[in-house]
Amino acid sequence: MLTNLFDGVAYGMLLFVLACGLAVTLGLMNLVNLAHGAFAMAGGYLTVVMVNHLGLPFFAGLPLAFIATAIIGVVMERLFYIHIYAKNPLDQVLFSIGLIFMADATVEYFAGSSQQFINLPDFLKDRFEVLGVSVGYYRLLIIIVCGVTAIALQTILTRTRFGSRLRAAVDDRRVARGLGINVNLVFMLTFAVGSGLAGLGGALGAEILGLDPTFPLKYMIYFLIVVTVGGTSSITGPFLASLLLGIADVAGKYYIPQFGAFIIYTVMLVVLIWRPHGLFGRATTK
Amino acid sequence: MSNNETSDIQAFRNQAARLHRRLSHWRLLEGIFWLALAASWFLLPSRHMLINEIAVLGLFALSLDLILGYAGIISLGHAAFFGFGAYAAGIITKYGVTDPLAGLVIAVALTAVLGFATSFLVLRGSDLTRLMVTLGVNLILYEIANQVTWLTGGADGLEGMNLGPLLGFDFDIYGAVAQAYSSVVLFVLFLIARRVVHSPFGWSLRAIRDNPLRAAAIGVPVNRRLIAVYTLSAAYAAAAGALLAQTTQFASLDVLAFHRSADVLLMLTIGGTGYLYGGLIGALAFDVMHDILSDITPQYWEFWIGLLLVTMVLVGRERLGRLPVLLAERLLGRKPGHAAE
Repeated sequence: MLTNLFDGVAYGMLLFVLACGLAVTLGLMNLVNLAHGAFAMAGGYLTVVMVNHLGLPFFAGLPLAFIATAIIGVVMERLFYIHIYAKNPLDQVLFSIGLIFMADATVEYFAGSSQQFINLPDFLKDRFEVLGVSVGYYRLLIIIVCGVTAIALQTILTRTRFGSRLRAAVDDRRVARGLGINVNLVFMLTFAVGSGLAGLGGALGAEILGLDPTFPLKYMIYFLIVVTVGGTSSITGPFLASLLLGIADVAGKYYIPQFGAFIIYTVMLVVLIWRPHGLFGRATTK
Repeated sequence: MSNNETSDIQAFRNQAARLHRRLSHWRLLEGIFWLALAASWFLLPSRHMLINEIAVLGLFALSLDLILGYAGIISLGHAAFFGFGAYAAGIITKYGVTDPLAGLVIAVALTAVLGFATSFLVLRGSDLTRLMVTLGVNLILYEIANQVTWLTGGADGLEGMNLGPLLGFDFDIYGAVAQAYSSVVLFVLFLIARRVVHSPFGWSLRAIRDNPLRAAAIGVPVNRRLIAVYTLSAAYAAAAGALLAQTTQFASLDVLAFHRSADVLLMLTIGGTGYLYGGLIGALAFDVMHDILSDITPQYWEFWIGLLLVTMVLVGRERLGRLPVLLAERLLGRKPGHAAE
């Protein structure tokens, strides 16, 4: 029971790191980027290459996955996304679905369609017992990394000058520009960090979520649920939503497998209808 | 003064009626299009199944055009109705209603009820909420179809459909009857859709699409119109799904899969939204493209479709989407541009 809860928390934390970039781009910048999972997949595959083929230690692979995916994010943003910020949602949907298709085919071309595994250090595969709860080192690592990330994000967003600039740019682009904020730069950095975090999540999650070319589509709906249920007006909303989703999904699969993913989809629909701005969100003026 | 006003209104009415007649009258190109479809039955006997599939997908794309192109509702889960229609047609055939037409009508009616029930979910909220809600409904149906194996066959698909003859003609393995059946259904439903979008109802939908607030201000009952068109669109999608299930005598989870919703969106975008033929042209282009690409690269054709999508958005959908129409109009030596409606 508690073990399930622990696994659920780890799963939820992982979802948060994967999805929080989407919460920012979707909620704050109004960009429907369904291809967010493609960045996560890129991070995962890059880690596989770095750790398995180049022989880097796993713990060096994680930050490198973050950096590499962030760079990919910047390039994509400068080349493509910058042109579609102002387009209507339909164009954004089509564009990002197109990106998913391309990413899937590219990965399949280079790495095949089979599932990939990252070589983990041996001690991470162990478990230990605390008060009758079986705790896996790997899941503990996920909780620590993701927890630190969440706290860092919240601090940056609420306590730093960059955070206030971002919030200003999101609330009103034109006025923020008028005040001398370089909105384009802020958006670019935000997009980079968001994609980098997705990459980190993809690297961390390869062990738990599985890593194959269908990753972006398979988890797209989970990311979207986190964002819609959590709302996008803060970091805490998506964080709580991820935890809930993680715990519910693990428990659901363990106790009532015959319902499958039915429950979380229904919950999502109910939340969407009941509170269109998310459980923890507040209505924005937009 | 009042006399003047009445005559002004009268003049305006006449003008509107003229405009309406001009926009809704049949064009030469439309005739050629439908004649070509009919001729393909005689000229391409080896491609019956392929053309049947194109007709089905075209009808599906047409159903999406009704809500997306005319009412501005973005759906990422339109396969919900397509799949529901397919399963409904399959299941009632399996349990005794073997007449194709009766099966089609019942499947469409059942799905229309589902469309009506879920239409209330898409009334509220932004485009993003609509995307999520439609996707959510689709996913839930997929899960249900996956779980109730006693009814749907689950992951194995629904087998054991024994469809009776259509007006005395048995379905043959070459798909000659199938193609004729789908083409005629497509044509009939197209006529109805054409009548609908050129009616005042259709024009009020366009007003809602362009600006719901103003539409409401000039007295259009926005919500009721959206409910009506969403239900109609669900029924059309169901007809496409039912046709697919009947002509292939099979229904599997594939009809509810996400890629169905994405593909239909893609087809409609290739053909262009908001002029009814977009879906049909798009389905044709998509199928031909699929055929050619998967001949060249069986595994990676997805990449090229993705590239096409990305290019289309970056270049501008309107310009690319209207390309077939613009080209055709150029060829016939007419002024381009006014075929938009």
